[in-house]
Amino acid sequence: MNSILSIHTVRFIVLILLQVLLLSHIKFLGYINPYLYILFVLLYPIKNNRMLFIFLSFLLGLSVDLFLDSGGMHAAATLTIAFIRPVALKFSFGSVYEHQTIKFGAIDFGQRLTYITILTVIHHFILFSLDIFNFSKILLILKNTLFSSIFTIILCVLVSIIFSSVNKK
Amino acid sequence: MQQIVNFIIRNKVFLLFLLLFSISIGFTIQSHAYHKSKFINSANFLTGGVYEASNGISDYFDLKEQNKILQEENNVLKSILFNSTTTLDSSYIDTLSFNKKYKFTTAQVIKNSYSQNNNVLTINKGTNDSIKLDLGVITSKGILGIVDNTSSSYATVLSILNTTSRISAQLKKTNHFGSLHWDGVSEKHIQLTEIPEIAPVIVGDTIITSGRSDIFPKGIPIGTVTSFKLDESENYYDVEVSLFNDMTNIEHIYIIENKDAKIIKDLLKKTNE
Repeated sequence: MNSILSIHTVRFIVLILLQVLLLSHIKFLGYINPYLYILFVLLYPIKNNRMLFIFLSFLLGLSVDLFLDSGGMHAAATLTIAFIRPVALKFSFGSVYEHQTIKFGAIDFGQRLTYITILTVIHHFILFSLDIFNFSKILLILKNTLFSSIFTIILCVLVSIIFSSVNKK
Repeated sequence: MQQIVNFIIRNKVFLLFLLLFSISIGFTIQSHAYHKSKFINSANFLTGGVYEASNGISDYFDLKEQNKILQEENNVLKSILFNSTTTLDSSYIDTLSFNKKYKFTTAQVIKNSYSQNNNVLTINKGTNDSIKLDLGVITSKGILGIVDNTSSSYATVLSILNTTSRISAQLKKTNHFGSLHWDGVSEKHIQLTEIPEIAPVIVGDTIITSGRSDIFPKGIPIGTVTSFKLDESENYYDVEVSLFNDMTNIEHIYIIENKDAKIIKDLLKKTNE
């Protein structure tokens, strides 16, 4: 229990620092940034205290907001994916996910990709809607969501593959 | 009563979600309004400290480029100094010249931002260096933004690349003025609206600050006209301005304090009453 707690604390802090110091400055083609910090939400243990999990996700988003001067848009987006995560889990892994503890390194790649894609796209759509804050620019929102999602998904998959293989050994 | 308690316990996760979600939406709406994001900004001790440490490492990477920019500015200043027609008499000091209207403070940008819709920069000077709300910020090449939030040793600057910022600007050759804003598309271009139709605008004209607000002095360069067209009412021009500043490469900045700002504000208040 103790080691699980510390792994998640370290992951929380490392992901925030990585996001604000490095990833938010990539600006590929001028505006495309990956938002890797949602990996914390994706990889959080499935058997958890839901209140704590939702609160932690809010805190994660708010910390990123503090650094990026973006009000509360990251907090809102991260909170939402934390709240709907059980639905996404059920959709991508079937209803059995509650009975077994899923190791993210051990499950099928296709299922994992579906799971990451659903949450990333929802997160990015909320994020850019709140950032641009103007529904007459819906095309710009969708464009940003699409390109940033691709970038984030690739990075999330890569990072989860690299770190899960280390854990197995 | 029992039922209400039961309802709350049953839906506690959803209620917590709703509470936190409305808090974050509240912060977001605040941040879209001018001068409202009091709590969530990068000028506080923790975030400012982290950016300062990171900038301490990363500013070595473009030292050469920044040195070149500073050297160019020195060059311009030298040429003004040596070409000035008034001869300075060293034995005579005009006491009036101590009482300058504008006070300049130098600072460094520790967090730059240009690709979002509402860009905010963080700088390494704060209230300890008498940086206050609503001071103008420029670079050697032109206008940059307005101080938005301050803490003891850091401050955030609302960039001109921010869809909520409005700055008064005019043509250099005539005194026709308009208001400067940004449509969020390109970090190289900014829009100047409300230039009267009678103004002789041509492509390539220089745009400067108008000095009509108490923030910027008159004559700070902004950019050049790249295109212009009449707006829907056909009374005003919408002008597309290409910025002198490379907003993606900013390190050394100057903060301008107008000493008369308070007097002007008081006067305006009296007139309005």
